[in-house]
Amino acid sequence: MQAERYNRQLILKDFGPEAQQKLANAAVLVVGAGGLGVPVLTYLNAMGVGTLGIVDNDVVALSNLHRQVIYKESDVGLSKVKTAIGALKAQNASTDFHGYGTFLTKDNALEIIAGYDLVIDATDNFPTRYLINDACVVLKKPFVYGALHGFEGQISVFNYKNGPTYRCLYPTMPKADEVPNCNEHGVLGIVPGIVGNFQALEAIKVLTGVGQVLSGKLLLFNGLGSVFQKIKFSRNPKNTKRIVLEANYDFDCEMPFASISAADFLVLNEKSQLQIIDVRTLAEFQGGHLPNSLHIPLHELVGRAQEINSDAPAYFLCQSGIRSQKAIALLQEQIPTARLIDISGGMNRLKVTI
Amino acid sequence: MEVLLFGIAKDIVGKTLYELDDVTDNPKSVLELKQYMVAQFPEFGKLSSLAIAVNSEYAADDVSLKQGDEIAIIPPVSGG
Repeated sequence: MQAERYNRQLILKDFGPEAQQKLANAAVLVVGAGGLGVPVLTYLNAMGVGTLGIVDNDVVALSNLHRQVIYKESDVGLSKVKTAIGALKAQNASTDFHGYGTFLTKDNALEIIAGYDLVIDATDNFPTRYLINDACVVLKKPFVYGALHGFEGQISVFNYKNGPTYRCLYPTMPKADEVPNCNEHGVLGIVPGIVGNFQALEAIKVLTGVGQVLSGKLLLFNGLGSVFQKIKFSRNPKNTKRIVLEANYDFDCEMPFASISAADFLVLNEKSQLQIIDVRTLAEFQGGHLPNSLHIPLHELVGRAQEINSDAPAYFLCQSGIRSQKAIALLQEQIPTARLIDISGGMNRLKVTI
Repeated sequence: MEVLLFGIAKDIVGKTLYELDDVTDNPKSVLELKQYMVAQFPEFGKLSSLAIAVNSEYAADDVSLKQGDEIAIIPPVSGG
């Protein structure tokens, strides 16, 4: 059955049974089951990678469906890890799946990654990207990087056979307000599909040794012009000597912030009227919001900080829980006396809990 | 001198290609180019990690620039 199933790869010159067997023996961890993770998982699973791990703590949102094409309308509100594994099992029953319904953190990263041959960075935020880089350097594992900005994408393979790392390209993590993510900036549905498929291709080359791996090169894709460019870069030896993780990977790490689960927040909000600051875009806010919330988009927050009553706790809300953390990081310096609390998982979690 | 812009750099400048030919005193190094861009567009000042490529190769601040070089500004991107 397997010989028939993988026939077109088995008869492919320069691939064949040896490479196919390497895929069957391989274990790949995909961090993030969103725009990039979905195409990566779909193809690695179809092509016969033996073991797939999936890390994600998010639930499927309606606004995911235009690009995260494995999820159906009926999946909205359900766990991405569970839903993805269900769909992938139907696609290929022979694959051994391991789901991690958590975010990757500095406390679990080394333990989770240690069991895999290769990591795919399919995340949507800088803290996790830097954490994956550092954990892979510590554990001496290669990882395939992909990232998006609007119509553009970046792809590379880091820490491969003593090659350069993510920090050789971008040594320091951007601060909270520097670079927007897809939730704020928007993304054309097909673009993560293209970038994720390139990541899957690089993963296959790393696992089998077939072809030239995109190590020491950053592939840039611009969907508007259908242009590809490659930038060469080299290893900075100090970035590959790391033996431990950083103490913290949060944005603006000096001051930890308080956070509340969606369920606890809803209980509190029933009892008394809370001060809720919704930092999403106007379009998102107009698409549905909590009745008693004050709308201050993230990019206007610093200029409108005086609208926040610093005598009462302020609960920060966004779509998935990333911008609300950025908002708190931004305001902690400006109004250090205020009690700023992050609503964990944002509207996506609230909708599920409601 | 032409500079290709990616990611947030493109958003800051508002186009994918920025020409410096109106400048009599073109930047002579990557560092000078960064300083020039910050002077023209102050928002560049808040980007903490900014990769610059010269002739398709990553270039550190001390790399010198000459007429005809192909320059690209490639900020980190986080979307997924």
